[in-house]
Amino acid sequence: MSVAAANPVPRRKSRGLWRWWPVGIIALVVLVAIFAPWLAPYDPNQQNLLGRLKPPGTVSRSFHYWLGSDELGRDLLSRVIHGARISLIVAFASVILSGVVGTTLGMIAGYRRGWVEIAVMRIVDVFLSIPAILLAIITVAVLGPGIVNVIMVLALTRWPRYARIAYSQTLSVANMPYVRLSALMGAGAPRVLFRHVLPNIVGAVSVVATLEFGLMILFEAGLSFLGLGVQPPTASWGAMLSTGRNYVATAWWVATLPGACLFVLVLAVNLTGDAVRDRLDPRHR
Amino acid sequence: MPGFLLRRLGQALVTILGVVTLIFFVQRLTGDPTYLLVPETATQADIAALRHQLGFDRPLPVQYLDFLGELARFDLGQSVVQRVPVTTIIASRLPYTLMLAAGALIVACGIGVPIGILLAIFRNSPAAKAAAGFVLAAQSMPTFWSGILMILVFSVLLGWLPPSSTGDLSNLVMPSFALGLLSMATFARITRSALLDELSKDYVRTARSRGVRSGRLLIRHLARNASIPVITVAALEISNLLAGAVIVETVFAWPGLGQVTVQAILARDFMIVQGVVLLGAFVTVLLNLLSDLLYSLVDPRIVLEGAR
Repeated sequence: MSVAAANPVPRRKSRGLWRWWPVGIIALVVLVAIFAPWLAPYDPNQQNLLGRLKPPGTVSRSFHYWLGSDELGRDLLSRVIHGARISLIVAFASVILSGVVGTTLGMIAGYRRGWVEIAVMRIVDVFLSIPAILLAIITVAVLGPGIVNVIMVLALTRWPRYARIAYSQTLSVANMPYVRLSALMGAGAPRVLFRHVLPNIVGAVSVVATLEFGLMILFEAGLSFLGLGVQPPTASWGAMLSTGRNYVATAWWVATLPGACLFVLVLAVNLTGDAVRDRLDPRHR
Repeated sequence: MPGFLLRRLGQALVTILGVVTLIFFVQRLTGDPTYLLVPETATQADIAALRHQLGFDRPLPVQYLDFLGELARFDLGQSVVQRVPVTTIIASRLPYTLMLAAGALIVACGIGVPIGILLAIFRNSPAAKAAAGFVLAAQSMPTFWSGILMILVFSVLLGWLPPSSTGDLSNLVMPSFALGLLSMATFARITRSALLDELSKDYVRTARSRGVRSGRLLIRHLARNASIPVITVAALEISNLLAGAVIVETVFAWPGLGQVTVQAILARDFMIVQGVVLLGAFVTVLLNLLSDLLYSLVDPRIVLEGAR
């Protein structure tokens, strides 16, 4: 938008490469997730009942547990590596799904006005007035757990966030002279929305999306922690924390290590989100 | 003022109706809600009998009106497993969740507001930079992980606090911190931005030029004006705390609504889940309403939409 140009942001002092560490962490996790089968030293589901709850560094039979083993003697490092896949797949898919649905509905509401606007924005209000985690829990309770259902549930729960921002942004963009001219010259609503409105609001939407991404990672882990997410034996950081909780007193590594991965990844995503917002939204500086 | 109040109440009622409708539809996402209520071993005859008993074989609009009618009488149905009214179960667990939420709110405000002040007033001090890092970390910390870490450090390693269950106040300390830290970040951010907004205003400069000292300025002038957004956020945060309690209660085996919800899901006792979610939604709508009203009470300058 032209806002940034009209209100120039003073250039920041050049900053060192180390400032990019959050992006580096995210890139690292993405790479680990993609290459998980080649990086993981063992099959994440292979059990070794003689090597249960061994501390990091233990060698048991053919296993060398760099990060220790869990209650079934599975290699924690391999499970943490494979768990990154679940976190990222669920977060990516749910952000894209809820983002596309929410942005489209928000744009239509902001452009069409009238009863469409009232209907969509009322529904948004209703969704936002139920605490997201509760709405997710009741929906999973109905649909049943599993990775696809978790993605659907998160998309269903989170689209109103995008709808609200897309709506308010569309309201201002749709009144710009060139957008009105385009409609006047016979462009249909889909063309106006996707050619003229969407490029203008995509910045604001992507700020929401980045912050939502971190939240979705936490939601997936939370649902899996409650036993409502990805089902065993699939490795998910949340589910690993949940079983690890039972062994806090005897085997600290089972719960703490997946939790640490979760924390570092979400921290990196949130820092990146803040940086994206600072870049795209001059009001926030 | 009464005009605004009525309008706002009307809006809240419409939202509640919407919430109830949404839950009604969620319940039927898979087609037949009877399957949510029977154990996996039930025979077709059992299912048909229960379907008829609960009225799920009637036309949808009839079921919907019936559902509304029951809710209007505060009837949340009966637990299929325990054969007890859901309201009874909720009433017996609610005090624990409220206690936990209160503890978390104290933690969130007690740490968040001072940190927000620090961040706004001593912006460039090393203490403020450390505090900013702390806020960011708290925001990215899953409550179930911070809870487990606390158990590990304070119960297992140091033995200072009991790891779970209820008893005296010491049992409440760790759950309150685990739950409160996330909201703490929100409070710190809001306090900071509210104070920064106020600091840039003319009256602050005038007061400073008259020689009013910083401490006095903060207490006499800034605190009052900056408290408005903080109070509104507090009302909204309470509903977040109640929802977050679901996970924290599971970590610490705290016998509140969250624990009962998770147990109900695992036992396929859908009526309890639905009751808790409805309660959570109602409380959220009410708190939103309250937050709007507080807004106008704390700051008489604010003329609300619809007010005369």
